[in-house]
Amino acid sequence: MGAFLLRRVALMLATALCLTFVVFALTNLAPNLEKMAKSQGNTRMTDAEVASWLESRGYDRNLFVKYGEWLGVVPGHVVRQADGSVRGRCFGEAPEPPPNAAAFCGVLQGNWGYSTVFREDVGAIVATRLALTGKLMGWTLLLMIPAALVIGVLAGMREGSRTDRTLSSVAVLSTATPEYVSGVILITVFASSAAGVGWFKGTATSAMEDATFWNFFLPVLTIALYGMGYVARMTRAAMAEVMTQQYIRTARLKGVRFRDVVLRHALRNALIAPFTVIMLQVPWLLNGVVIVETLFNYKGFGWTLVQAAGNNDIELLLAVSVVSVVVVLLTQLISDIGYIYLNPRISVT
Amino acid sequence: MDALTWTGVLAPLLPVLGVLAAAPPALAAIRLLLGALSAPAGPVPGGIDRALAWSSAALVLAVAGLLAAGAALGTDAGILGGMARRLLPVWIALALVLALSRLLRRRLGLYGKLFDSPIGTAGFALAAFWVLAAIFGAADLILTHDPLAQSGAMKNAPPGTPFTQMLGEAPAGAYPFYLLGGDNLGRDVFSRMIAGAWTVVQIAPLATGFSFMVGITLGLPAAYVGGRLDMGLTFVANLILAFPVILLFYLLVTPEIVATGIPTYMAMVLFVFPIVFVAVLLNARYRTRPRLLAPLLAATIGGLGWLYLSLVSEPAGPVRVLPPGADLFDVPGGILVVFVAVVFVNAPTVFRIVRGIALDVKTRDYVAAARTRGEGPWYVMLWEILPNARGPLIVDFCLRIGYTTILLGTLGFFGLGLPPESPDWGTTINEGRKLLAIYPHPALAPALALLSLVLGLNLLADGLREESLRE
Repeated sequence: MGAFLLRRVALMLATALCLTFVVFALTNLAPNLEKMAKSQGNTRMTDAEVASWLESRGYDRNLFVKYGEWLGVVPGHVVRQADGSVRGRCFGEAPEPPPNAAAFCGVLQGNWGYSTVFREDVGAIVATRLALTGKLMGWTLLLMIPAALVIGVLAGMREGSRTDRTLSSVAVLSTATPEYVSGVILITVFASSAAGVGWFKGTATSAMEDATFWNFFLPVLTIALYGMGYVARMTRAAMAEVMTQQYIRTARLKGVRFRDVVLRHALRNALIAPFTVIMLQVPWLLNGVVIVETLFNYKGFGWTLVQAAGNNDIELLLAVSVVSVVVVLLTQLISDIGYIYLNPRISVT
Repeated sequence: MDALTWTGVLAPLLPVLGVLAAAPPALAAIRLLLGALSAPAGPVPGGIDRALAWSSAALVLAVAGLLAAGAALGTDAGILGGMARRLLPVWIALALVLALSRLLRRRLGLYGKLFDSPIGTAGFALAAFWVLAAIFGAADLILTHDPLAQSGAMKNAPPGTPFTQMLGEAPAGAYPFYLLGGDNLGRDVFSRMIAGAWTVVQIAPLATGFSFMVGITLGLPAAYVGGRLDMGLTFVANLILAFPVILLFYLLVTPEIVATGIPTYMAMVLFVFPIVFVAVLLNARYRTRPRLLAPLLAATIGGLGWLYLSLVSEPAGPVRVLPPGADLFDVPGGILVVFVAVVFVNAPTVFRIVRGIALDVKTRDYVAAARTRGEGPWYVMLWEILPNARGPLIVDFCLRIGYTTILLGTLGFFGLGLPPESPDWGTTINEGRKLLAIYPHPALAPALALLSLVLGLNLLADGLREESLRE
């Protein structure tokens, strides 16, 4: 187990390094830097002005060196400006380099950089936005998992029955409805007083401070619907397979009531597969979160991703991708470990 | 001229239709409750099942009747009638396709078997409806107005509004209504919805096909050879899969990245795979007959290569290989980028599926037999393993077209890739969502269109899976 964990963590680190490097390289392409310079400085800069703007802020150097600085394995740059003052990665602007400034200031030293769009420290932005999205995700999972498991177990306990067909159709319908479609439909029906009943609020901006059922249920439902169908289908398949096992038949023949067979004997074994599926579903929910936060104007992590990517906010975008990559890889790891614990027939060696 | 109502002269039928439409879900819900409560006690009384079957059949008949009456009466039967009349070519073609397939289903293999399953037939009908609507729409048989033309007087007009223009009279031959209303710029929602279907039908199946070529060409050797190759390819696939899709889209599809030419270079790499795939396929099969092989290979590589070069070389793009005269066609810049992004996102998943199936199939006896009689590795992979993996792959292909449609919508929803006035569904939803609470119709029409197409494809895949498992 120890060796398995070690290997997985090493693989995770390698993946995270590769991915952040790709993001770094793409955001540091010349046209992207030019766009950033123009949006930060002024939109009518000439090419020469753009070049000097980039040079004075250390953007014009070798890609690998810049990546190393961001990571914190290469000393931060210090550039002497035209007017004699200096500008450094680790201390900002100063007439002379301060003597106590750190040489390295990257992610490894806990410095996530500065967001050019929000004009704030990236670490602080990511922390507050993640907390908001955590709230959204938590409620989504709380709604999605029980609903999906109930639908899947009910459908799978009698495969091919009418109950199964009805519930499977519901599951297919929910997997065919991406968040931007179900969101539009739900807002029209439940939040628009012109065309629908107008019970709920069509935006979730107020839910950032004070979430109530009326301003928070629609976004939660929108994300939960798309993921629910898939988990329900997997649960159904697992349940249907368990119900054909010998020990279930034995229990039935001994005269155990159907309800007890399902609840006591089948359910435990049928829930192994859904567990891994739910864990692997979390990264997919992240996608839904981006769409729903944009649609409902809920300024969480997904909304930040869109803002950072749309404005080429390099350091914020890097932090966002580090977080999402870590989420993806951690959920994969947890699902693998959970699978091993839940299913004693699998071994890692 | 008065605004149209939804059903016009057929309005008296509406309550009947409402009851018919509400009955099956209500009965199904009752059935479900009874089933859950009485599961230990035994079967549910049969009456409710019969009622459910009859009411569903009645609903289908009533909807078909409504559409037929609408097609006959045109806009006299309101908005629905007007749409039914405009879609007349689609109904005729759809009826022909369904009837022919149903009649010949014993001779059509897996495709024919689909028509034995009601779910599969329903899914096929839904998907075929949109494909036909897109094709006839592109042939200008359905559109009522130019999907890009704006009319200041029609801004956010509700469905069924008579067509007027702010300045001057409407042209004489123009269609007299905006059937599904106007959007925030006064464009016809109905025409945009149909025109948007064409974007999907052009891109989604082809992009899915390319993803499968890439996934198969890399997945088979990964599973068959194993070792370092497998490890490396799996690492790269997982790397791409670990990216949040939307971040990847933002990184690949922004105008600044397009200006660097990266998407075109990616297209050059990704589009090589079909040529490699076909060449290796033929080479493995006809290796022992060089006389046949040489011209065959020359023809395919020459033909596909020319298509490939026409595809990647653009007069204004970063790659200009072919002289303008030899360049067969130019793909509009936005579409190529969207295409590449979608293939790039889908290919790793296909790779994983192919690899998983191939790992299972390669342990079979017939693979060992082929190896023993001295077949080369590519022959075993492409002519022994691949045909035996086709069932799950065909099912996944249908599902993946639906997923690609969702991805295209996602791109449009974030305003990436296609031009902002493009009528594709995602872009239109994105435009419409700003005024969603007041004027929902511009966003609702493409949303329901996308939903029904993807639902159709998923049902189609379900039907195929059921029938191929029964074999």
